[in-house]
Amino acid sequence: MSKFRKDGKKAMPAISTASLPDIVFMLLFFFMVTTTMRQTTLKVNVVLPKATEVEKLEKKSLVSYIYIGDPIKSLQASFGTAARIQLNDAFAVKEDLFQFVEMEKDKRDEAERNMITWSLKVDQDTKMGIVTEVKQEMRKVNALKINYSAKRTDKISE
Amino acid sequence: MAKREIQEINAGSMADIAFLLLIFFLVTTTMDTDTGLIRKLPPPPEDVSDPEKIDIKQRNIFEVLVNANDQLLADGEYIPVTELKEKVKEFIKGDPNNPEMPEYKVEEVPLFGSIPVSKQIVSLQNDNGTSYQMYIKVQNELIGAYREVRNERAMKEFGKSFDELLVLAEKSEEFSNQAEAIKAIYPQRISEAEPKSIGGKK
Repeated sequence: MSKFRKDGKKAMPAISTASLPDIVFMLLFFFMVTTTMRQTTLKVNVVLPKATEVEKLEKKSLVSYIYIGDPIKSLQASFGTAARIQLNDAFAVKEDLFQFVEMEKDKRDEAERNMITWSLKVDQDTKMGIVTEVKQEMRKVNALKINYSAKRTDKISE
Repeated sequence: MAKREIQEINAGSMADIAFLLLIFFLVTTTMDTDTGLIRKLPPPPEDVSDPEKIDIKQRNIFEVLVNANDQLLADGEYIPVTELKEKVKEFIKGDPNNPEMPEYKVEEVPLFGSIPVSKQIVSLQNDNGTSYQMYIKVQNELIGAYREVRNERAMKEFGKSFDELLVLAEKSEEFSNQAEAIKAIYPQRISEAEPKSIGGKK
């Protein structure tokens, strides 16, 4: 009847997938731009505490990380469960901090050496004892700009 | 001579290659933006000067103690951490007529001239057994208290909160001066005492 009805038996043309690479490349570039490479393999469990007054860390290249927490499951057999410090890819003791700080400073330009932020990524259940030791050590080597890594939250709980 | 037609390169597998790259990046990267509480440690103590000699009146200090059981003692009162901010704010703002509250000292403040500035200091001491989570919570509340007091004052004086002033400061000198003035009226003085090890193991 209708003028507009089409013949039912036309075969569907195949959808062109020529633009699929473009779409995927777009995704790829998005991820390449927004992310940073994982630099170190974590040997300690770090669950960051939550806080409301956090600030964003600017200039990733001027940030050095110090991790503190319990060793991960697979390493607990050999290293125990007590909280440890991790610098770069290895466990460390607080005496190693001096060398670590010097090495991190050496990596940067001379002008930027005093602008390094030391980001402490500490597990929330760690006791303050080891954190304080690290802090005292950082004071001794004049690495004073500290950032206590924490996740943003709206409200802190009891 | 017959001209050979150039064959089109099959781009069908291009998507596969791109996917492969995409997945590689997805796996090797972390998405998290780094956030945290920014603090400055005091410079190392000089051997000559005796830290005991610095004499500060009790009324100028707001003492925050945290023990190994994560309990909080703020200026002699046992309170939950959620009430800490209000108490600290009250202390920072001060009250010139209350002899319990910190003293005032006339100082030169940009934009305001010579005005009395509170000699407040917040002292934080924790135990070696305090959990890091609790420590961050307390630090968070202290920083929050200072920020809110500054915000309120900036709102009153300039009709903009301190946070807004900081954002605008990069563009205009006027706002940057205003922010500096507010900072000078309420300087952030959080002093961390050497920790004690009374309750519990390291």
